[in-house]
Amino acid sequence: MKVAIIKYNAGNIRSVDHALKRVGVEALITDDHETILAADRVIFPGVGEAASTMAYLKERELDVLLKGLSCPVLGICLGQQLMCSWSEEGDTACIGIFDQVVRHFPTNGQKVPHMGWNSLERVNGELIPAELSGSYVYFVHSYYVPVCEDTAAECSYILPFSAAMQRDNFYATQFHPEKSGDPGELILKQFLKL
Amino acid sequence: MLAKRIIPCLDIRDGKTVKGINFENVIDVGDPVELGAKYASDGADELVYLDITATLEGRKLFADLVRRISEHLNIPFTVGGGIDRVEDADLLLSAGADKVSINSSAVRDPGLVDRIAGGFGKQFVVVAIDAQWKDDRWTVFINGGRIPTNRDLFSWAREVQDRGAGEILFTSMNHDGTRSGYACEALRELSQQLTIPVIASGGAGSKEHFVEVFEYGLADAALAASIFHYNEIPVPELKDYLKKANITIR
Repeated sequence: MKVAIIKYNAGNIRSVDHALKRVGVEALITDDHETILAADRVIFPGVGEAASTMAYLKERELDVLLKGLSCPVLGICLGQQLMCSWSEEGDTACIGIFDQVVRHFPTNGQKVPHMGWNSLERVNGELIPAELSGSYVYFVHSYYVPVCEDTAAECSYILPFSAAMQRDNFYATQFHPEKSGDPGELILKQFLKL
Repeated sequence: MLAKRIIPCLDIRDGKTVKGINFENVIDVGDPVELGAKYASDGADELVYLDITATLEGRKLFADLVRRISEHLNIPFTVGGGIDRVEDADLLLSAGADKVSINSSAVRDPGLVDRIAGGFGKQFVVVAIDAQWKDDRWTVFINGGRIPTNRDLFSWAREVQDRGAGEILFTSMNHDGTRSGYACEALRELSQQLTIPVIASGGAGSKEHFVEVFEYGLADAALAASIFHYNEIPVPELKDYLKKANITIR
């Protein structure tokens, strides 16, 4: 199986590669259109800031490429947010796979970023095995996608938000499966089986 | 519910794990990758690796080590020690570190916090603060607790928060190595003054100390070294204890 990890100006791409190796898959980290189009699975990871990463993706027309992919695609963290239509972070127009606006957590006395292990609730869809309902996974983010029709798992911090999403062949997690211990590895394996 | 985090800390010299007692007298307690993987499988929520090497060759070894840790570890880890420039942070993040921790270098050059946060995001920047309670104030120290500064713990923590720190790792020098409990009063005050997570460090000696630091000290995470390295309090046993005490734990 050919797995492509989108290479762009976001952090932590290496850890996704390492996590895939741990579940037995050699991935290619690439921004080459041909290679991405030829892949069986595409992972769109990322930790970073919305405006500068979107500018980078647009410059290389990776935004259009991603939206047109027909194989299973997995967005992680910033990846999930950039797959939405708009982000409040830098008032940024994003890729628009999920018709949602990414919002900043309200700061009413609780700490932001939401950083650490939190539990998955209302798990549905194909990416996250039902047995992982209630499992703890690792989050680091200040912006969130509201609960919507594409929500595939919820998490609560300050308010309920989309911990995972799914629409057609597009999957996304706000948490980091590559840093979420055994549950995270199960989710990555599941993505490779879709 | 967001869980409170348990963070074993590993001090690294020349690619090997050591633990400083009161920042002095170090002894070897094992291979960093092996030890890290053991902690991860035991249920540690995160790890901190601090490079205490002073030489360039040691620094190079550390970057190689970070790559190996990232390959083997399926939980997040922070690395610190000797990060004086954005380039140092970049090297470690590219090697697979989830966060970098900066301490003395931030005091010497506060703009470093802005630059790393601006370049990589706030969530990458942990500002570690060593402070000592003396003459009715918490004074910030640098160079591994050897040099006092004219900065106060609380105002310095607020400043780095404003500059873009994603977390504060506060070590009480009065408590570090004593095993008499964390500096809960100061931690409580710090946590109430800040809007970013606080990691408590220094003083862990019993399971009860962790309950105190979460309940009274309002810490978001608690770091310890020797009690874990010498297996005095195994991580699974600690987590069971905290769950029974109704602390939200993974």
